[in-house]
Amino acid sequence: MKIIVSVKQVPARDSALRVNSAGKWLDESDITYEMNEPDAYALEEALQLKEKLGGEVVVLCAGPQRAGQTIREALAKGADRAIHVEMDEEGPLDALATARLLAKAVAPESPELILTGLQSDDLGYGQTGVILAELLGYAHATIVMEVEPQGSAVRVKRELEDGWFQNVVLPLPAVLTIQSGIKKLRYATLMGIKKAKTKEVKTLSAGQLAADTSSTTVMDRVYLPQRSKQTQILTGDAKQVAHQLVEKLKFEARVL
Amino acid sequence: MSVLVILEERGGKWNRLSFEALAAGERIAGALGAPLQAAVIGAGIEKLANEAATYKIAKIFAVEHDLLARYTPDGHTAALEQLIKAQQPKVVVFPHTYQVRDFGPKLSTRFGKALISDVVDIKTAGGQVTFIRQLFQGKLNSDVRAAGEPEFVSIQAGAFRAAEPGGEAAPVEKVAAELEPSQIRTKPEEPFREAQRSVDLSAADIIVSVGRGIKEKENLPVVEQLASVLGAELAASRPICDNGWLPMERQVGSSGQTVSPKVYFAIGISGAIQHLVGMKGSKTIVAINKDENAPIFEAADYGVVGDLFEIVPAIVEEIRKAKA
Ligand SMILES: Cc1cc2nc3c(=O)[nH]c(=O)nc-3n(C[C@H](O)[C@H](O)[C@H](O)COP(=O)(O)OP(=O)(O)OC[C@H]3O[C@@H](n4cnc5c(N)ncnc54)[C@H](O)[C@@H]3O)c2cc1C
Repeated sequence: MKIIVSVKQVPARDSALRVNSAGKWLDESDITYEMNEPDAYALEEALQLKEKLGGEVVVLCAGPQRAGQTIREALAKGADRAIHVEMDEEGPLDALATARLLAKAVAPESPELILTGLQSDDLGYGQTGVILAELLGYAHATIVMEVEPQGSAVRVKRELEDGWFQNVVLPLPAVLTIQSGIKKLRYATLMGIKKAKTKEVKTLSAGQLAADTSSTTVMDRVYLPQRSKQTQILTGDAKQVAHQLVEKLKFEARVL
Repeated sequence: MSVLVILEERGGKWNRLSFEALAAGERIAGALGAPLQAAVIGAGIEKLANEAATYKIAKIFAVEHDLLARYTPDGHTAALEQLIKAQQPKVVVFPHTYQVRDFGPKLSTRFGKALISDVVDIKTAGGQVTFIRQLFQGKLNSDVRAAGEPEFVSIQAGAFRAAEPGGEAAPVEKVAAELEPSQIRTKPEEPFREAQRSVDLSAADIIVSVGRGIKEKENLPVVEQLASVLGAELAASRPICDNGWLPMERQVGSSGQTVSPKVYFAIGISGAIQHLVGMKGSKTIVAINKDENAPIFEAADYGVVGDLFEIVPAIVEEIRKAKA
């Protein structure tokens, strides 16, 4: 089975997020980056499908040059080769523009399955996979927790709200957006890291792909949210804070 | 030039977020001076359409077809594409449900537009609507505008107080969707729940909930001790259950349990919306987090900015003293 996994590089979870001077995006100077977590789960699922069924796992990543590090990580974990759509815009594209780029890069590959995380931890659009399917004319399913290939179709378990699930059968080729936790994540081995260095990474520039990347949405401003709720912040050393909190539990919440 | 709100039903029941989206639609329509319309899509939805007609809307479309009886992205997208082409609304408003996540971007792509997803607030000035959406799971906000029409937006759970019925019943317009079985590629099976849960968190008076701030499974005794001295149930955010550190049935949030105990401790939990929807009904919320900007503090009554590995043992100690 030929599987494309679309992954994104995002600021690491514990990064101190500061807005840039233009107020339009982050000050990227002292941020470290990592693979978007749901995408890491999509990659894991792809690798396990390949281990079961054979075939090829191709990593697809749109991002600036630094995203090369995330691509290497995916190759080290076991992906066979990669396509890097290199972009160097200031600030992010909207989901439609990104998906248009990805669709152009995917089309000549004709994969049977495209997996991607259900959303990115930075912009949180949760749309790229769905749009990609629409642009390519593929069927799709979102928030997927299990993948079971069945010949020319695939049966997936989708998560619904409030603890409900639903199985859906869809024809291949298809796009699946993967929910975190679908499988246990692997670590790259030393051997894998070494091998990754010899694997093919094809770099395509956004210009080369001739996709329409004009935005249909405009992000005017990025800022820290104003707190509206009157949260009582308890201050002091650990002991003092603990003492105050226990008083609150006793006399206000009345649970002690 | 209307504002069209897409209401969601499953098996003859409303998804309650529909009426929060309707409230957002009211605000947008008010700012634009445009009529507010709504639509419900499915098979055998007359009763729901009549019920929706009692809200403050100019008209409700009941889009029907047997093939829409069970949701599929192909069916819903095709039916709504037809409705939007016929009605040409200026703004299409959805509730940000899992179903809308599944087909909303597909539909907006048909119109060459990106969906402005997961909107938490709306600003209006001089006939221009700006949508506020969260970035980085609530750590930052952004102001977003649509370039061109129709505009597609989805409204986050809990961002607007649900609209109330009132006034005269609006006209119901039946719309027969044009669909062929061959257009529907996915075959949905009956929705189901996993086997009965052995833990019922909804009955607990006190819940001690732990998030990724705990760092390793080996550190869990830190919070287990607090749960134990309080006689509380232990719960967790999703990543803790994803990692298998605690069983899934202890997960709180949109894909876990919804709880409203007397006291909810959120320890090392950032406060992503999918977690908040599961616990914000708690009577008292205590948040312990080392990041003063963590969104959880917006939901908390009492907050402690600090290292949970120092704070939690100190609380355990104080409770022991108080009980002695
Ligand atoms: C469709 C969908 C459904 C989802 N369903 C759910 C759900 O049901 N439930 C759920 O919880 N999530 C759910 N999620 C995931 C959700 O979006 C968040 O990713 C998740 O809630 C984050 O968990 P967390 O707060 O534990 O982790 P993080 O966001 O990583 O937060 C960890 C926090 O710990 C703090 N911290 C770190 N070290 C310390 C320390 N030493 N002392 C004090 N604080 C510390 C950090 O400052 C940070 O705020 C869902 C997501 C999607 C897309």
